[in-house]
Amino acid sequence: MAGNAQKMPVGLRVATSGFVIFWLILAAFPFIWTFWGSFKVELDFFSLTNWTNALTGERTQAAHGSPFTGAGYRGSWIQEEFWRNVINTLIVCFFVVCTSLTIGTLGGYALSRSSHRYTFWLLITALIFRAMPPITLVSGYLLPFFEWNIWGILPTTIIVLVAINQPFTLWMLHSFFQNIPKELDESAKVDGCTQFQAFRFVIVPVMWPGVITTGLFSFLLAYNDFAVTSMLLSASNRTMVPEIAAYLGTTYTEGNVMFAVSAVVSASVPLFLLVMFFQRQIVSGLTAGAVKG
Amino acid sequence: MRHTTFFWFFLPTATAMLLFIAAPIVSVVIQSVFAPHEAVFIEVESCTPLVGCKTETTIDQEATRALKEAQPLGRFVGLETYFNRGHLAVAEVRELWLNEPDWSSFFNRLGNLPFYRAMAFTLTFTFIVTPLVILVGLMVALAVNTVHERLKGVVIFFSLLPFVITPLIGALVLFWMIDARGILGTAIQWLANDPDLSLKASTGMMWVSLIVYGVWHAAPFAFVIFYAGLQTLPLDQIEAAQIDGASRFQRVRYVVVPHLMPLITFVALMQLMDNFRVFEPIVGFNAEAHAQSLSWAIFNDLGGEVQQLSSAAATSVMTIIGVAILLSPVLYRTWRDNRRAA
Amino acid sequence: MFLKKVAIVGAMSAVLGTTAMACEIGARVSIIGNEFPAIQTVGAEAAACTGAEITKNLTSEHNEINLPGVTSGEYTAAILANSSIVKMMNDDVILPLDDLVAKHGAGLQSSQLIKIDGKVMAVAFMANAQHLMYRSDVLADLGIAVPTTYEEMLAAAEKIRSAGVMENPVGGAYAAGWNLAQEFNNMFLGYGGSHFKAGSAEPNVNSEAGVNALNMMKALSEYMNPDFLTHDSNATNAEYRAGNIALLNMWGSRAASQTTTEGVTDAVKNGHAIAGPMTVGGGSIPASTLWWDGWTVSKNISDAEAEASFIALMNGIRPDLMADEAIRTQAVWLIEGYQPTDAAIGVFEAAKMGTTPYPMLPYMGLMHSALGAELGDFMQGKESPEQALADIEAAYIAAAKEAGFL
Repeated sequence: MAGNAQKMPVGLRVATSGFVIFWLILAAFPFIWTFWGSFKVELDFFSLTNWTNALTGERTQAAHGSPFTGAGYRGSWIQEEFWRNVINTLIVCFFVVCTSLTIGTLGGYALSRSSHRYTFWLLITALIFRAMPPITLVSGYLLPFFEWNIWGILPTTIIVLVAINQPFTLWMLHSFFQNIPKELDESAKVDGCTQFQAFRFVIVPVMWPGVITTGLFSFLLAYNDFAVTSMLLSASNRTMVPEIAAYLGTTYTEGNVMFAVSAVVSASVPLFLLVMFFQRQIVSGLTAGAVKG
Repeated sequence: MRHTTFFWFFLPTATAMLLFIAAPIVSVVIQSVFAPHEAVFIEVESCTPLVGCKTETTIDQEATRALKEAQPLGRFVGLETYFNRGHLAVAEVRELWLNEPDWSSFFNRLGNLPFYRAMAFTLTFTFIVTPLVILVGLMVALAVNTVHERLKGVVIFFSLLPFVITPLIGALVLFWMIDARGILGTAIQWLANDPDLSLKASTGMMWVSLIVYGVWHAAPFAFVIFYAGLQTLPLDQIEAAQIDGASRFQRVRYVVVPHLMPLITFVALMQLMDNFRVFEPIVGFNAEAHAQSLSWAIFNDLGGEVQQLSSAAATSVMTIIGVAILLSPVLYRTWRDNRRAA
Repeated sequence: MFLKKVAIVGAMSAVLGTTAMACEIGARVSIIGNEFPAIQTVGAEAAACTGAEITKNLTSEHNEINLPGVTSGEYTAAILANSSIVKMMNDDVILPLDDLVAKHGAGLQSSQLIKIDGKVMAVAFMANAQHLMYRSDVLADLGIAVPTTYEEMLAAAEKIRSAGVMENPVGGAYAAGWNLAQEFNNMFLGYGGSHFKAGSAEPNVNSEAGVNALNMMKALSEYMNPDFLTHDSNATNAEYRAGNIALLNMWGSRAASQTTTEGVTDAVKNGHAIAGPMTVGGGSIPASTLWWDGWTVSKNISDAEAEASFIALMNGIRPDLMADEAIRTQAVWLIEGYQPTDAAIGVFEAAKMGTTPYPMLPYMGLMHSALGAELGDFMQGKESPEQALADIEAAYIAAAKEAGFL
């Protein structure tokens, strides 16, 4: 496709460019708006009198003497020590991605290399497992976790997130491994390797693109999760998302929405870096191992 | 691969899934056919601050203790929970069927029952959002593929934003933007030339907002996968089609789409499942007066002061069954292909 | 959460200022509770005890985790409200405190003891109620007296609207779900309704009081922002601060912070005023409910842990804390020596007028859920009040049968 892009008629080219620009505005505008608004006070960004206040910062000017303020950031990072939640999130994400990929790679590889009928049913079962609403799973965990004294700590949450994400990981990695020619490890086995050695020395070196893509999706799941982290972590061990939700307040008590908004903007920074850094691998990963249904 | 080798490779992931998904599913299924014991009440005097004492009802713990110890799971009710008004409402539906004069009043009254109300929205949402996500994702992927090499990185990065922003917060910010006094709400009022238009006040507009949000949020997921698929598109096939005189649209229709078919199946599977379990946008948009889903019903059962565990369990089981039915055509095809390949 | 540090700083200054009483405990203490500032203070003061490990988990998710946590004995104490103590009573997981009150309860006022069947089940430390908040400047300009009934509120709203001052002068937390159900409870009790037939779990909302309550809510909603079904307390307060509404029924716990948010206009700051709850339909009992927050001790723990929890939490609500200005303004305290602040007038007025406490009945939670789920259709004008009430009763009966209450 890229090859014949040059051959496109002008009209189509203009239409395509127009569509890309339209899509980019659609995709990025809410985020840019949030970024801009994070430097305002709540009554400006969420203005109920006039939305242009969010642009001019009228109330921000009145409260801080300037149309921009870092009060939200100061509040979340210094007063509320948001960095603790950032660290917790990084720990959770790191271990979720590593564990998920390790056991998922082994499982996905086995599924792709076994020709027995049960592999298909295992994949279907995994898919049905994924259908279970996470909120039911989590409320079921509470009592046993309390009784075993493992509620509220990061390792429990990590294991649960890994388990809940396994079906998706398995499906993606399985399809990826199917695209790696079987002859590679078959010939290694003919040369006297065990299955594991064939996997370790022949498959591992060529699997990275697919694994990185799957890893990105695992990362996003752990990073964005609310259902599991809000119920299974104690207040002192919270990751970023439940902490942000806590800033919003409850019926009884006032929240501080601007802490939440600035925290959201801050929380997106590592994601940006990650996407930018792995952008090439994400796409090439899927390219090399295109997912097959 | 031999069975034993397979077993050792598959053991870790299987253990994780058995412990944390399969075991809870089994316990949920059991929970759904049991219900708490019948409570024995007694009248007691209770006293509260600033008011004083009055007579109130409470549960007689002594009387229920023996029963609880004998049958810790509760009383067996079979499928009763599945059939009661909060779920399939069998008796109520039968009554409507017999008494309602015509179809429209039948459906109207059916929508008054929680399960059918939730299904109406869930199915509408699923069957509109899923194809739109695939279509938008494909269009964006095709368009981005023609962008200049230098710009691609930035474009991909911005395209991913709706998918990477935490749904809870993404919904919150959008919810404010579409407020009648927010930037998008005002723009829509201006476009519709109706200064009183509010997206949040009517059921129809709320459904549209939720659907637009659903597409906006999930389109990047489809885009990334399709875009990657396009990179492996065999150029010789495209060229052959070109020589045969296929138009640009025909080339997409007969070469590109078939090439991407496995990916489209994958995205469709994941999207059908996720959209059927739609939950976060409903909470984020405070939309429960207008739109409810099965996942929301579970949330509501578990979030009350008195948790309705059996009810939530029954709804969860019905969600799994619903997903299985929804996916069965896709799965059947996969199974057929799989058998043919084997 | 974000006021946590403020609360702790306040607590610290109290400790330094008064040289806290020695608080020694001999066993593990672990507290679960909500996270608003007053509870953060109680938690921090309780944690100031020495001698054994004290942990606390104060979170807005407390309601989902406190029952399993207390049942398993992971938490030795829970901070609850009158709505949430019910499930602990239903499952029989909290300890009667009479012996501990006799041994360590010096300084408690008798009104703080929550007694059920003659046994002390909880110790309350603060009260809350919904009551009127209004813009005195707007009412004064138009010569409107402060409404004491909902009928007067409607009339006042009409005057404000027809004078062109505000388009939608009435506010209310009418978000579908818990909030909307709570507003119904207020109105229904104000009309003299009773949720259940006497002495049983049979529902009783499909009555004249129920129809009246729904009609009044519908009438009020005509003066609200058209998006009212999505407005929870936070959104309603945001409308108030933006100067868009002049009259609202709001939680007393919000009174103090109503004008302290950054960027509130001077008109709202200076015009903000509060009054007691309103009555409705010529009734004498206010259309509101009275709430308390208090703590309980878990049953499934050792005696030493129970005693330690009691001692620590007693330290969290000791009377000399009331001398600290920062703590005093955090809530309407029930603790001895508390001098009510201006923001507490509404709640005390509610108590004086004989406001009904939120019903502490085993099945009230199910009724609240049923109300929340079924009222939305009526408020949108999709069905008649009778139909809505019939739906509520049907939904409640299904849930109550399943729970073994019927």
